[in-house]
Amino acid sequence: MIAINEKGYYGEFGGAYIPEMLHPNIEELRQQYVQVMEEPAFQREFRHLLKDYVGRPSPLYLAERLSGHYKATIYLKREDLNHTGAHKINNTIGQILMARRLGKTRIIAETGAGQHGVATATVCALMGIQCIVYMGAVDIKRQAPNVSRMRMLGAEVRPATSGSQTLKDATNEAIRDWINNPVDTHYIIGSVVGPHPYPDMVARFQSVISEEMKWQLEEQTGRENPDAIVACVGGGSNAAGAYYHYLNEKEVRLIAVEAAGHGIHSGESAATSVLGTKGIIHGSRTLLMQTPDGQITEPYSLSAGLDYPGIGPLHAHLIASGRAEAISITDDEALASAFFLSRKEGIIPALETAHAFAALDKMEYSPEDVIVVCLSGRGDKDLDTYIQHFDRF
Amino acid sequence: MNRLDKLFAHKQKDILNIYFTAGYPAVEDTGKIIQALEKAGADLIELGMPYSDPLADGPTIQQSGQKALKNGMTLPLLFDQVQAVREKTDIPLVLMGYFNQVMQYGEQRFLDKCVAVGIDGLILPDLPLYEYEQYYQEMVEKAGLGISFLITPQTTEERIKKVDELSRGFIYMVANSSITGAKGGITDKQLAYFERVNRLPLKNPRLIGFGISDHETFVTACRYANGAIIGSAFIRALAEGKEVEKATEDFVRSIRGVGVSA
Repeated sequence: MIAINEKGYYGEFGGAYIPEMLHPNIEELRQQYVQVMEEPAFQREFRHLLKDYVGRPSPLYLAERLSGHYKATIYLKREDLNHTGAHKINNTIGQILMARRLGKTRIIAETGAGQHGVATATVCALMGIQCIVYMGAVDIKRQAPNVSRMRMLGAEVRPATSGSQTLKDATNEAIRDWINNPVDTHYIIGSVVGPHPYPDMVARFQSVISEEMKWQLEEQTGRENPDAIVACVGGGSNAAGAYYHYLNEKEVRLIAVEAAGHGIHSGESAATSVLGTKGIIHGSRTLLMQTPDGQITEPYSLSAGLDYPGIGPLHAHLIASGRAEAISITDDEALASAFFLSRKEGIIPALETAHAFAALDKMEYSPEDVIVVCLSGRGDKDLDTYIQHFDRF
Repeated sequence: MNRLDKLFAHKQKDILNIYFTAGYPAVEDTGKIIQALEKAGADLIELGMPYSDPLADGPTIQQSGQKALKNGMTLPLLFDQVQAVREKTDIPLVLMGYFNQVMQYGEQRFLDKCVAVGIDGLILPDLPLYEYEQYYQEMVEKAGLGISFLITPQTTEERIKKVDELSRGFIYMVANSSITGAKGGITDKQLAYFERVNRLPLKNPRLIGFGISDHETFVTACRYANGAIIGSAFIRALAEGKEVEKATEDFVRSIRGVGVSA
């Protein structure tokens, strides 16, 4: 049985390794999150917004040309069709409602690719709440369209200039902001990372993905369970959502696709399951990339959303226990896959998502298998990157 | 008797605890600064283990850590430096760092090494009380090391009692809800918090840290606790480029309010 315990551990991974300054905030959340989420009024509002504002349920689309190419039945869970273009908004809708119930009047968030930042700015505009998004200075440059979207939505984008100036550092800055503003502020973490209860809370909000997959598959194939679910993993929120209702269905293979950057052992990679060791990052005991001296390593991936040196504790547990299989995909493999999917199915995926599709070339399956790929986001934000590689693909 | 216990046994007031990052400004400065601090009249030293991701620290301490790491500072080197300086100084030394560093070194190995080189206590701000009690309390107490947990203006009375029960040496009283390096004076609200804590029957002495940066804030803090901890202001003084011994002496004198020597 895969479940989180009362102290926030999945097996040996998880917990809340936070400075005392954050204790009251985290404790308040820990005591209330399940109760609040289970209130009928909360569920009504959450479901209403997911349906009429986000546009859920997101379709489960049988990709016939892709299926023909790979000689298996491949379904795409179309999170790219959500409002704001990715799965991130499932979580931000949930957390903004949570923040309101906790009486918070100021929202902070971190963002890598900018998708979570946009999704947070969006729900803050919707609720009329102040929004500050921390984003690595490097990411601000490579994800310019999303920076503009956040600003247009009324959010303040603050550059994180410490460390490698990417997602890890943006997360550090958001945590420091929260320490400085402990009473009025809620921190909307964008992935299944951070101190307990965040990994579980975010996974629950994202679990709508697999909840829908179950009935959609039943409707289309006559059975609820696919043979495999494929999703990319940075922190791992779309994967957590796509796996959630299948965690204890052992016959469903869970494939976690990581970014190998220029190659797993090139020194420029973000393949945490291979390169990571047990340690603590952002308040959670999990697998992370670090030096033998315990300094967190600066990861690399062309994809800003996967450029993170850790993974959520749920994924660390799934991989360490053998429940999930990890596959690493390089920048070039992801780029090739993005162009391939665009031309095969008329869908331009986010660069993060393209990693998941590239894994189809590497995994083993048989022709009668039903495979669901979580199409976590659309590629508009990555067009500049794609344009730079037009001559190669 | 551990040097920390000795200190608090003979001194209960105006205790000056100075923080600095090991290996900063230059890698070989660690020992020099420790000796200069003792000579200048600091009572206690909090030695920072430079870390890539110091969540509770503001820009000044972050940058000093980045610089120290760039200088080639590592935990094994830090232990060597402490061992070397220990022959020449008797000032209590408390190591401050993040728990991941301890995990990677190996928890038991880390504690053994601390004892062997002459470290007296630990501050690990991201080690939660629950995990400490479950897994590490026995180990730390067996080693005879002190350990200081933090309280903040938001810490409940019940939790302060728990912190007092688990801490050995002193309690680290965070002056305001912030990361390190906050500026500005001490507000009435903070004074009310200091007084509230003072009324509790606690076994450990208290040192106030975060936002203590000069003679005035030090004196105020000392009025409400057994002493205070200064970090970022000292790092800034070291950053000015003066010879570290001279910078250290001048800084401690300015905090004590005894005037700066020519």
